[in-house]
Amino acid sequence: MPGKLKVKIVAGRHLPVMDRASDLTDAFVEVKFGNTTFKTDVYLKSLNPQWNSEWFKFEVDDEDLQDEPLQITVLDHDTYSANDAIGKVYIDIDPLLYSEAATVISGWFPIYDTIHGIRGEINVIVKVDLFNDLNRFRQSSCGVKFFCTTSIPKCYRAVIIHGFVEELVVNEDPEYQWIDRIRTPRASNEARQRLISLMSGELQRKIGLKVLEMRGNAVVGYLQCFDLEGESGLVVRAIGTACTLDKLSSPAAFLPACNSPSKEMKEIPFNEDPNPNTHSSGPSTPLKNQTYSFSPSKSYSRQSSSSDTDLSLTPKTGMGSGSAGKEGGPFKALLRQQTQSALEQREFPFFTLTAFPPGFLVHVGGVVSARSVKLLDRIHNPDEPETRDAWWAEIRQEIKSHAKALGCHAVVGYSESTSICEEVCILSASGTAAVLNPRFLQDGTVEGCLEQRLEENLPVGCGFCHIPYDELNMPFPAHLTYCYNCRKQKVPDVLFTTIDLPTDAAVVGKGCLIQARLCRLKKKAQAEANATAISNLLPFMEYEVHTQLMNKLKLKGMNALFGLRIQITVGENMLMGLASATGVYLAALPTPGGIQIAGKTPNDGSYEQHISHMQKKINDTIAKNKELYEINPPEISEEVIGSPIPEPRQRSRLLRSQSESSDEVIELDLSHGKKDAFVLEIDDTDAMEDVHSLLTDVPPPSGFYSCNTEIMPGINNWTSEIQMFTSVRVIRLSSLNLTNQALNKNFNDLCENLLKSLYFKLRSMIPCCLCHVNFTVSLPEDELIQVTVTAVAITFDKNQALQTIKTHVEKSLQRASTDNEELLQFPLELCSDSLPPHPFPPAKEHLESASSNSGIPAAQRAVTVEKASPVAEGNFRNRSAPPCANSTVGVVKMTPLSFIPGAKITKYLGIINMFFIRETTSLREEGGVSGFLHAFIAEVFAMVRAHVAALGGNAVVSYIMKQCVFMENPNKNQAQCLINVSGDAVVFVRESDLEVISTQQPTANCQPLCTGGEVTT
Amino acid sequence: MTNELDIFVGNTTLIDEDVYRLWLDGYSVSDAVARRVRSGILEQTGATAAVLQSDTMDHYRTFHMLERLLHAPPKLLHQLIFQIPPSRQALLIERYYAFDEAFVREVLGKKLSKGTKKDLDDISTKTGITLKSCRRQFDNFKRVFKVVEEMRGSLVDNIQQHFLLSDRLSRDYAAIVFFANNRFETGKKKLQYLSFGDFAFCAELMIQNWTLGAVGEAPTNPDSQVDDMDVDLDKEFLQDLKELKVLVADKDLLDLHKSLVCTALRGKLSVFSEMEANFKNLSRGLVNVAAKLIHNKDVRDLFVDLIEKFVEPCRSDHWPLNDVRLFLNQYSASVHSLDGFRHQTLWDRYMGTLRGCLLRLYHD
Repeated sequence: MPGKLKVKIVAGRHLPVMDRASDLTDAFVEVKFGNTTFKTDVYLKSLNPQWNSEWFKFEVDDEDLQDEPLQITVLDHDTYSANDAIGKVYIDIDPLLYSEAATVISGWFPIYDTIHGIRGEINVIVKVDLFNDLNRFRQSSCGVKFFCTTSIPKCYRAVIIHGFVEELVVNEDPEYQWIDRIRTPRASNEARQRLISLMSGELQRKIGLKVLEMRGNAVVGYLQCFDLEGESGLVVRAIGTACTLDKLSSPAAFLPACNSPSKEMKEIPFNEDPNPNTHSSGPSTPLKNQTYSFSPSKSYSRQSSSSDTDLSLTPKTGMGSGSAGKEGGPFKALLRQQTQSALEQREFPFFTLTAFPPGFLVHVGGVVSARSVKLLDRIHNPDEPETRDAWWAEIRQEIKSHAKALGCHAVVGYSESTSICEEVCILSASGTAAVLNPRFLQDGTVEGCLEQRLEENLPVGCGFCHIPYDELNMPFPAHLTYCYNCRKQKVPDVLFTTIDLPTDAAVVGKGCLIQARLCRLKKKAQAEANATAISNLLPFMEYEVHTQLMNKLKLKGMNALFGLRIQITVGENMLMGLASATGVYLAALPTPGGIQIAGKTPNDGSYEQHISHMQKKINDTIAKNKELYEINPPEISEEVIGSPIPEPRQRSRLLRSQSESSDEVIELDLSHGKKDAFVLEIDDTDAMEDVHSLLTDVPPPSGFYSCNTEIMPGINNWTSEIQMFTSVRVIRLSSLNLTNQALNKNFNDLCENLLKSLYFKLRSMIPCCLCHVNFTVSLPEDELIQVTVTAVAITFDKNQALQTIKTHVEKSLQRASTDNEELLQFPLELCSDSLPPHPFPPAKEHLESASSNSGIPAAQRAVTVEKASPVAEGNFRNRSAPPCANSTVGVVKMTPLSFIPGAKITKYLGIINMFFIRETTSLREEGGVSGFLHAFIAEVFAMVRAHVAALGGNAVVSYIMKQCVFMENPNKNQAQCLINVSGDAVVFVRESDLEVISTQQPTANCQPLCTGGEVTT
Repeated sequence: MTNELDIFVGNTTLIDEDVYRLWLDGYSVSDAVARRVRSGILEQTGATAAVLQSDTMDHYRTFHMLERLLHAPPKLLHQLIFQIPPSRQALLIERYYAFDEAFVREVLGKKLSKGTKKDLDDISTKTGITLKSCRRQFDNFKRVFKVVEEMRGSLVDNIQQHFLLSDRLSRDYAAIVFFANNRFETGKKKLQYLSFGDFAFCAELMIQNWTLGAVGEAPTNPDSQVDDMDVDLDKEFLQDLKELKVLVADKDLLDLHKSLVCTALRGKLSVFSEMEANFKNLSRGLVNVAAKLIHNKDVRDLFVDLIEKFVEPCRSDHWPLNDVRLFLNQYSASVHSLDGFRHQTLWDRYMGTLRGCLLRLYHD
């Protein structure tokens, strides 16, 4: 019974005219929580009502506090007929439930209606009094912090990383056929929004319980998704990584030594060598091992068969992947936990993190993925979602066995996704097999033994590349060489991963976004036949996607992929595959060979000529790319090795496949990794297509870089000018009898054109990098392809960017590590009293920072400015000044990254997780589909910003648009769209302001600047 | 393959100044694209026409959504949907309310009514400004007019406060509102040589000196029903102007006035003899204009009268501007030496403004 929720309705503004006669509105507000409703008085005849209500108090238990959203409805009073709804505001009060986050929610919220969009704003104040915080015998999990960020949040330190938590809840979808509905669209949309809000609350509470049982206090990398299964129901599922986090206290924040978690962790030695099979002993300095495992799993209905993954070798990993118990449910897992230790206790040693405290990641094995095709059936009993649970358990089990096959005991950068079309659903999971340092995974981190380890000269930026598996017993064919960095351990020739580039990785040059795009036609079919057809196609798609990635990577002259995300989307009559990753050149891995084209009819003269022409083009492209991305690997390495390098041998063998071709296994001698050319045999038109498509990818215009990871290797001098954006395109395929080739071309053009448009639009930000570029493909209808892109453009300082890359290996190594240090550890420098080297030069006049560059967090400023009425403002305005210099709306930044360049995050205010539906029956009047969606997305941004500002924040980090489902029916002049977004609300302080504060501290001037302690928390 | 849907939404709303100008100028998307292509942007950026098309569409959509807010600029500041830095907000507003010289000259002093709006077609044809742009400008005039028409206090301040315009633009709008309210005739052929700036200058002087708002510094008694407004001419003042008639009606007074002026200016004017010959006509003209201002119709014809009665006679005698200035100064000042004349304050209020106006209007 521990909570009292208090709500005050202050005022409204910009309300719509509800009474045509008077051109005014008689508005009042209903405040609802659970089953209790309060009402304000009616404020007659005003578009800017001042209700100034009493405090409405709800006495509720904390379970409800977690599950239920606060629902505020603004209505127009009508004496003679039913009151008309103006719109609603849903407020998630979860951030008020844990002490370190927000204490009050107060601000202007857009009043949202699912039919009309935003209609004015309402000012609301919400507080919660928690009576006690008993941890036992309860169903609630108040106090567990949630973060979308997939790394340890900036102002925390990870004490223990417990591991994987997952949960899903199911329900019937209140509206599965939006076009033929019975109740009003508004009622059904609102029912849906409310249900999803409830389900997410419940899900979060349940996950929180699991975390508490694991003795954690936070979930990091929390990813919640909705599966709109249509008639069979609605699934809300979430995964995350349970952790015990320590807040870095504010006084400490001014001590350079402890304000950065990563810094501190760095001192922890990680060479405990948890895996006997790997050579991770301390002094190794080298790079990386790359591997890639393909395991398309085809299964439909209930039966699953894992395809190529049951590799015989079971590496004798000390930290094996633990008990392979079948899906046991969280409770069984918990029971087991008490008797088992470290990773072994974990049913699924998975981590949703993509960036780690230094020392956490020991080795990386490669990408593991699993897919499964399922037929949806109605969920009969929403309280027991066993079917869905079992499906996912199956997939996770498979992932686990893949990881095991790679000699790894854990999977990092883990994520799950679905694609649904009618009654067929593809479940996908992927991650990166890895060997982790167990020290972070259990209680009682031994701090004592750290010191001695330090002497061991930690390997600089290559340890994670070293292969974790047994060289003689490789899970798949690969070329191994000695690490080009430390010369001590074996590394693969290419490395694919789903994680961010480790901060200490040694990289040569810059990275770039690499995409593989693929379409496959499929016959329309029903049920099982359809599922079978899809299952049969999947392995080929995976194979081709992989081939494309490999080719493009070679074409760029690079040898590793980070942040790999392969999305397979199912539609009525086709399958789409889109893989995005960031290619880099890892200094530890061998230089990739070129691409060799081989024709199948060598005697045909003109054909030969054609081939050689192509070959030349390819070679030119590779050379150009190397220049573009500044890839000048050190040449000195060979002598250093001291071992004779055999003549590079020209391979004549077909290699359209990658390292999977089995005849490679025997050739594991060192010599091969390096100069081997990658042979493309042009034996049919398909292959010709491939080569063409390779060459049609145009590089971004000069001054632009792009990547899908958090940061771009090789660029470290970011300014604070950022622009987050979402772009959506839908194309209609022209004809019905499309071929695979035409489809591929359409899809390729779609993506390329979209990128071109982005470059053009953002040209004013040059030099600039698009970071965290996230493509999502969906197939809303037969002939429609929808691509949604969210990313952030960040300007960097050109002068430094132009610095030529030093070819010397040490230099580049050093540079890479210092760069990263600067990037990730800037908070550290900010707090020291001395003026540190400033990695982020003060930005010039620019977009977002224009009004946020005072020391006061924007949101707070908004509140203070708000008090002055606009009229007064006008009267005192200096006549010659630009009149709108004082905006009353605080700037809220949004970014998919976990940090804000040039700023320090001082406080996490809680998770933002919002779901909106917008529908229209006057599509043409709203500017067609583009007008409709444009307005809706702008509204979604506005609502996210408003919630963040009301929490007292000035930015959203790790922002992600998880779903954007768009449906249209132009004939009926209708459209509907569902959008789900999430992120972490934060308070940040500009570095420059921090400096001001710290330099001014002696003069006692800092008091007003600090404004309410925000800065110091 | 056709783009069914194509949008770009930034957390900070992207505003392209060039596209904004094209939009304000009333070009259709395809015309705007064509103009951008001609500007050489494709070569500069390496973009394709399709990219340009999509970009232009995006911007046009954004502007279309912003337009509603631009109609009430304070809303643009408080709205939450578009995050726009303040400097950009100011730019959006300022440009939206900017107008074309050619257009404003056509509309200045006309009633901002539906009737005038119907004539926009002709104005568009005549000036070469797109009809769309004409409509925007006309609607802006009308909107500002409606909002400040009945408002007390300084006209410029009211405009600035409700439309957040720059000082410069606020003053221009004050002139437009003032002219529209008093319906000054500006379209006659003999007035064609005058620019909007000329009229705006005069409007400002008149607002400062001839309106109700000009009487007191601040409303001494806020409850009084006296209108403290800048838009209407002070009726009482106009009424009183009849008293000035004595300056020309009383022959002695007129002669005395003339001799005073001539004595003072002898040797200082290049056109002395012409001045001397014309003095009575000029003086009659100026005083009669004052005396007639009590009738609305004559108020409307103020500028026509000034040109006919003063500017044209002087111009036909080739008075240099400096001589005009010397003459007007002396003409105004000499009245103070006329013992029989009791309306010195009234004279100064009238002539001070008129002198400023005439000097501004006196050019080719």
